[in-house]
Amino acid sequence: MRYERPQTIEDATALLANADAKSFLLAGGTDLLVRMQNDDFEADLIVDIKSIAGMGNITETGGGFVIGAGVPCAALSENPALFVAWPGVVEAANLIGSTQIQGRCTMVGNLCNASPAADSVPALVAANARVRVAGPSGQREIAVLDVPTGPGKTSLKKGEIIEAILLPKRDGRAGDAYQRFIPRTEMDIAVVGVGVNLSLDDAGMVQSARVALGAVGPKVILSDKAAEAIIGTKLEESVLDALAAVCSDTSSPIDDKRGTVAFRKQVAGVLARRAAQTAYTRAGEK
Amino acid sequence: MSSIAVSTTINDDDVEFLCQPDETLLDVLRNRLGLMGAKEGCGTGDCGACSTIMDGRVVCSCLVLGAEAQGKTIETIEGLANGAELHPLQRKFIEHAALQCGICTPGFLMAAKALLEANPDPTETEIRFWLAGNLCRCTGYDKIVRAVQDAAAEMRGETA
Repeated sequence: MRYERPQTIEDATALLANADAKSFLLAGGTDLLVRMQNDDFEADLIVDIKSIAGMGNITETGGGFVIGAGVPCAALSENPALFVAWPGVVEAANLIGSTQIQGRCTMVGNLCNASPAADSVPALVAANARVRVAGPSGQREIAVLDVPTGPGKTSLKKGEIIEAILLPKRDGRAGDAYQRFIPRTEMDIAVVGVGVNLSLDDAGMVQSARVALGAVGPKVILSDKAAEAIIGTKLEESVLDALAAVCSDTSSPIDDKRGTVAFRKQVAGVLARRAAQTAYTRAGEK
Repeated sequence: MSSIAVSTTINDDDVEFLCQPDETLLDVLRNRLGLMGAKEGCGTGDCGACSTIMDGRVVCSCLVLGAEAQGKTIETIEGLANGAELHPLQRKFIEHAALQCGICTPGFLMAAKALLEANPDPTETEIRFWLAGNLCRCTGYDKIVRAVQDAAAEMRGETA
């Protein structure tokens, strides 16, 4: 096995493009190094992207925030502007693992490992986040929603690397929130996770909304019906009931040791209701 | 596999070592550098027994490659005491009997050091959440939390 630490994104993509199938990208390493402990793990090449300029930076631009692929999740909450703009994204990313894991794990890693239960992904999808992808044929930009295609699978092509997550600029009265259910209070994998992002008009009515459900399907679900249920309302009790019903219906989870289908469907509704209320409160405070 | 030459700083000393591409920082510390304080509990980042501080952040050294230490500043339990003078956290762990078998203790001390550098006056809840990635099967955690609180108070100059 070779370990390479390229200094430019071009070198990194070239290394991956020219390598055989058993090559892996290393950012925080909190998933990859665990996999490496398995006896049946084989790799010919590991490409560590953290020495590439900009990978460790959070930059505020005219268009929003650019979060490098090497930024550890702990650094997100240490950036006051990001935390004020996107508290739901930050709280979701900060739910991953322990303090030790937070110091290494990255949102791009969470996205590219493509676990259906990834905590940061529903929050990013609700936020309408995009990613900048570098590849052998240049750069492209795609929605976070379009990165995972199923458990452990992404739409990235050979040699492609996600360089950064792009969060849009935040104006006016808008808020986001993420809620998940786990059987204990810390350090566990989501049984259900829900991200809600919404904006309010001057009268306090929900003007726009995005609702994303995690761990209730092979990949994150963006529910237009759930958004429609709350747009044009002030989240009255009947509206929240309707939101919960839509989210339960939209979920198509599996039965496993973490939860049954019926339980996950119900919890998806409960969490959607709570996340929507938190996002609404946060938006109202701006 | 060809060895990788790594230059790093460990406990304020410039250190150079050779390691294999798939060798963890924990294995480098223990097997190549003779720094046996960090322990391997799980090897998968769940137990925190291998906690060390890298560029100011507490990490599981079992989830860091030795090669990734290049150019970094690493603190291990061996550098916590100042010569013969124990760090306040170490003294308070002894005073409060915050350890029994001791396997988890170096990890707890390094994690607690990082906590108090980030937050000199943590609440009990903040201490418990910060240390949630360090597992102890002996103490039941209460004594560890008290020791950290007491050390924090002393480091803030509030001890009677």
